[in-house]
Amino acid sequence: MGGRWKTVIPPMISVFVLLGVWYGFSARLKPSRQFLLPPPHSLFTKAFSNSRAREEILSSLILTTELALVGLLIAVFLGVSLGLLMYRFGWLERASYPVLVALQAVPILAISPLMTVAFGYGFGSKCIVCVVISFFPIPTNLLLGLKSVEPSMHDLMTLHGAPWRTRIRKLALPNALPYLFTAFRISAGLSVIGAIVGEQFFQQGKPGLGQRLIQYRVLLEYERLYATLLVSSLLGISVYLFFTVLGKRLTYKWHASAS
Amino acid sequence: MSLEVEPSLSFQNISMEFPDGTKAIADVSFDVSKGEFVTVVGPSGCGKSTLLRIASGLLEQTSGTVKVDRSNIGYVFQDATLFPWRTVRSNIELFLELHKIPKSDRAEIIQRSIDMVGLTGFEDYYPKALSGGMRMRASLARTLTLKPPLLMFDEPFGAVDEITREYLNEETLKLFSQEKFAGLFITHSISEAVFLSTRVLVMSARPGRVIASFDVPYAYPRDPSLRFEASFADLSGKINEALRSAHT
Ligand SMILES: Nc1ncnc2c1ncn2[C@@H]1O[C@H](COP(=O)(O)OP(=O)(O)OP(=O)(O)O)[C@@H](O)[C@H]1O
Ligand SMILES: [Mg+2]
Repeated sequence: MGGRWKTVIPPMISVFVLLGVWYGFSARLKPSRQFLLPPPHSLFTKAFSNSRAREEILSSLILTTELALVGLLIAVFLGVSLGLLMYRFGWLERASYPVLVALQAVPILAISPLMTVAFGYGFGSKCIVCVVISFFPIPTNLLLGLKSVEPSMHDLMTLHGAPWRTRIRKLALPNALPYLFTAFRISAGLSVIGAIVGEQFFQQGKPGLGQRLIQYRVLLEYERLYATLLVSSLLGISVYLFFTVLGKRLTYKWHASAS
Repeated sequence: MSLEVEPSLSFQNISMEFPDGTKAIADVSFDVSKGEFVTVVGPSGCGKSTLLRIASGLLEQTSGTVKVDRSNIGYVFQDATLFPWRTVRSNIELFLELHKIPKSDRAEIIQRSIDMVGLTGFEDYYPKALSGGMRMRASLARTLTLKPPLLMFDEPFGAVDEITREYLNEETLKLFSQEKFAGLFITHSISEAVFLSTRVLVMSARPGRVIASFDVPYAYPRDPSLRFEASFADLSGKINEALRSAHT
C-alpha cells in the first residue's frame, strides 16, 4: 500500500474541492442568475444527454483537435529548428530573443486584421494563432537543455575529435531531451488554447470548440457552454498527459527526475 | 648514439597565463616515459589540471613546448563524466563510435574492458544506479578500451571513501602493469601518490612550478601492505614536508 494511493489521492482531492467550490458558487447565485453557472451535474443532464448537443460538441472537438495538433506540430518543427540554430550560432540567439519575447507578449488580437489580409479567415490564420501561442517554450527550453551540458563532457568530445554534428547528436540533444519534453507538455496545452482562441477570431469554416463557445453564449445555452469548456480542458489535459508519459518513457531509466 | 627512447610526454618550459591575467603555471619541465607512473601533488589551484589540459590539447600554453602524440591520449576526469542516458556498455561504446571502430569488433573490446575493471554483470546499468566507485571503474574501462599509450588522471578517486580508494589504487596498478601505459596522475593524497608512482612531483602554489621530485623505489607489483612499511612512511613524510613548504 501507500505508493499507489499517494499518486491517486491528491489529484482526486483537488478535483473534489473544485467541484465543491463550483456547487457552492452555483447554489449561492439567485435563481434568476443561476443560468450563468449551472451546477456541474446539469452539464450531463442538460447537455451531454442531448444527442444534438453531443454531436455538435464531438464534431467540434475533432476539428479543434486537428487544428491544435497541426499547430503544435508546426510549432515543434519550427521551435526545435530554431533552438538548434540558436545553439549553433550565438548571434542568432541574441538576434531572436527580442523577437521571441515580443511575439510572446504581443496581444494576438491586435494583429488579427493584418493576419486576415495575409491569410484570410480560415484554417491558415487559426493555425498561425495556435503556433504563435504555443511556440515560445520550445526553442527556449531546448536551448537551455543544449547549453546545460557539463563542461567536462564537452572536453571529452573535444579530446576525441568529435565534429559539432556528433557533439549535438550524441551529447547536447540527449542532454536536452528532458527539457524538450517539459516544453512539449507546456506547448501542447498552449496549442489547445491557441486553437480555441484562433477559432474565436477567425470564424470561417466548420465550427470548432472556439466557435461553439461563442455560439452557446450568444444563445444563452450555458449548460452546453460549460460542457464545451469541460471538453476543451479534457483535450488540454490529454495532450499534456500524452507528452508527460512519452517523456517519462524516454528518460525514466536514466534521468534524475524519475524515481 | 643514444639508447634513450622518446618520452611519451614531455613538458619543456611550460608557462600558462590566462587571458584574465591569472598566472597558473611558471616554467614547468618534466618527462613521462613508458613504464613510468608520475604523480603530481600540489596545493589547490596551483595549476595541476591546467597542466593536463595543456598536455591533452584542450588548452594552449602561453609559452614552452609540449611533445606528445595526441592521437590517442587517455584522460580520466575528476568526475566520471559518464553520459547518464547511456548504460555502462553503451558509455564504453561511445569511444568506439567516436573512433569509427567497426560494429562487429565492438562487443569483444567492450567486454574485455568491463571485465578488466571488475564491472562484469553491470553492463546494462545506467550511471545513476551505480556507486561512485563503480562509476569511476566504468570511466576507467571506457578510457582503457582504446589502449592509450599515455593515460592521464585528474584526481579520479577524490570522491570515494578511503577503502574504495585503496582498492581502486590497487586495480590501477594492476592495469598499469597489464596495459603498460605511461601514467600521469594528479592527487591530493600523499599515500595514493607514493603507492602508485615511480616518481612524485611537488608543485608550488600558483603560479605552479615543480619544486621537488621524489623517486619511489618500490618494484611492481606492489602489495597493499606496502602502505604500512616504515620506508613508505618515511618517504611520505618527506613529500609532506615539501608540500608544506609549497603552501606559502
Ligand atoms: N579558464 C580560466 N581562466 C582563468 N583562470 C583560470 C582558468 N582555468 C583555471 N584558472 C585558474 O588557474 C589556476 C589553476 O587552476 P587549476 O584548475 O589548474 O588548479 P588545480 O591545481 O587543478 O586545483 P585543484 O587541486 O583545486 O583541482 C586557478 O587559480 C584557477 O582559478
Ligand atoms: Mg584540478
